[in-house]
Amino acid sequence: MLLQVRDLATHFATRAGTARAVDGVSFDVHAGEIVGLVGESGSGKSVTGYSILGLIDPPGRIAGGSVRLDGQELIGMPHERLRALRGRRIAMVFQDPMSTLNAVLRVSDQMRLAMLAHGKPTAAQMRQRSIDALAKVGIPDPERRLDAWPHELSGGMRQRVAIAIAFLNRPGLVICDEPTTALDVSIQAQILIEMRTLVREEGVSLIWISHDLATVSVLASRLLVMYAGRLIEEGPTDEVLRRPRHPYTQGLIDSLPSRAPPGRDLVQIPGATPALTALPSGCAFRTRCTHATGACAVPPAQTVVGPRTWRCHHPLHMNTAAGISA
Amino acid sequence: MTDFIGLTGITRRFTSIPPLSERVAKRLTGSRASATVVHAVEDVTLGIATGETLGLVGESGCGKSTLGRVAAGILPATLGEANIAGKPVMTRGRKNTTRIQMVFQDPFASLNPRMRVGEIIEEGPLVHRLITKAEARSDVARWLAAVGLDAAAAERFPHQFSGGQRQRIALARALAMRPDALICDEPVASLDVSIQAQIINLFLKLRRELNLTMLFISHDLSVVRHVSDRVAIMYLGRIVEIGPTEEIFLGPKHPYTRALLDSAPRLAADGAPVQDIRPISGELPSPLNPPPGCAFHQRCAFAQDRCRTELPILFPTGAVRQAACHFPLENP
Repeated sequence: MLLQVRDLATHFATRAGTARAVDGVSFDVHAGEIVGLVGESGSGKSVTGYSILGLIDPPGRIAGGSVRLDGQELIGMPHERLRALRGRRIAMVFQDPMSTLNAVLRVSDQMRLAMLAHGKPTAAQMRQRSIDALAKVGIPDPERRLDAWPHELSGGMRQRVAIAIAFLNRPGLVICDEPTTALDVSIQAQILIEMRTLVREEGVSLIWISHDLATVSVLASRLLVMYAGRLIEEGPTDEVLRRPRHPYTQGLIDSLPSRAPPGRDLVQIPGATPALTALPSGCAFRTRCTHATGACAVPPAQTVVGPRTWRCHHPLHMNTAAGISA
Repeated sequence: MTDFIGLTGITRRFTSIPPLSERVAKRLTGSRASATVVHAVEDVTLGIATGETLGLVGESGCGKSTLGRVAAGILPATLGEANIAGKPVMTRGRKNTTRIQMVFQDPFASLNPRMRVGEIIEEGPLVHRLITKAEARSDVARWLAAVGLDAAAAERFPHQFSGGQRQRIALARALAMRPDALICDEPVASLDVSIQAQIINLFLKLRRELNLTMLFISHDLSVVRHVSDRVAIMYLGRIVEIGPTEEIFLGPKHPYTRALLDSAPRLAADGAPVQDIRPISGELPSPLNPPPGCAFHQRCAFAQDRCRTELPILFPTGAVRQAACHFPLENP
């Protein structure tokens, strides 16, 4: 087991009260695996990623739980030790490469800084490693690109540079927070395919955070679905998409434009995501759920069957023969 | 059937003149500083019939938003004419009609944060004397109801609303002008999936009830496929393919259309993920310096010598379809 997250809780103090952005989230990531972490704005998917890296600043705080990387506990680890770990054993790629890259440093300098933070390689070694890293993410003519400034690169090239930097120190785990959301379809497709190859060749694990079910399912072998700070469903990608257990997952899938005949009304989830400071008791989805009953006022416990888990009193697709997980 | 929105030979270029310092420096050294010209839209002709929705698809920088703005009459064309119901949308550089309105992508930027929602919605109709001051209150309530918001929303400010609700307000503002046509520029791109479905349904409902003619601009193929009667694909300022939506999605004739469809992540009919997406190689060429011949030839798997020199023009590939390609794909 590469990463083990247990009962992770990250809270933010707000004027309206405590917002439980991440509320008791548990999951594992195995070596070499791509896990998709899916949810809408405010579901806690990004905060989960930041919490694993220890990137939570006040008014936020990690209120509890455990994050173990190769068995080593990260929660409560001294700042300096966590810093030594970040970028070397866990790296992160963010959505907007223009704000992650330093606009006043050439590509080569940014890459050099990332290597010097975790060792004392020689100038020649650093140059070679940089060229290799850029070539691996599909940047044509990497030697020339080393001297480029971020503003001279297209959005897709910038994101490739950010990905190359994340992979520089050969981390075991890379957390990608919507890295292709700001890119065009054709460039997104290039990067998705390159990531798949990179993961296979380097043997790293990925947590791919996204709001887009179709994009994440290109890469991920397993999906984690979050709603209002809680992990509500988990399982192999194909099974979760074809036979979702949680009505929210079903709602997300059904609301995709490709699910309805052209011109017809889409199936919509009624209402909007409630504020984290004013969640309904019990299942947080029950006020929007068409399957909700009185039982849903009690928080649903996690059900585990084989590789699948869900938190719902009325799980879907349970009585079809194919719906029973192996 | 006559076209309600008619665009004829629309070309829009953006010229940027170098700063004075550079012009002086160049003059002193005996050369001349040349202006840079972005070819945003080149020679686009298309029509949209009354009540029809045309989807306009393309990647960033292809000129789809510029074309939308020209059609809406908020940006003059360099060449060509944009008409609505047979009359130009602009005279002497000013928009001269209220019959066409626009809905923008980002409802956080398109609503004035210092105005109350009621003021935002009533401002246009009051200025254009479509309503009197006495009618304003009930008119605002009417359009808020039409987009599924409570009348009390009129007293609040945009920041008190979520993204989906703000897009409803932007739509109410456009509809309050009693338009016959809407230009929608990525109206659901910044919304979450579940909210996106609500707003798409709202568009479909209002289009039915008000018989709106629409130009629906989006980079999202599944959204465009869902709402459009016909679809136009743009690449580097030009329309490369246009025709009925399902015909184009099921049998594209232009290699760029095919490549765009193949590169989009999607789910199969039974929900299973489609993992064999095929990316297009290379990047979009610069509209500052478009390549000769077909603009797509550098990225096209089927390009031949002719494509590198001769610009393909739109020609019929079916009864109601056109494509701009020397070697259109054979499809069933």
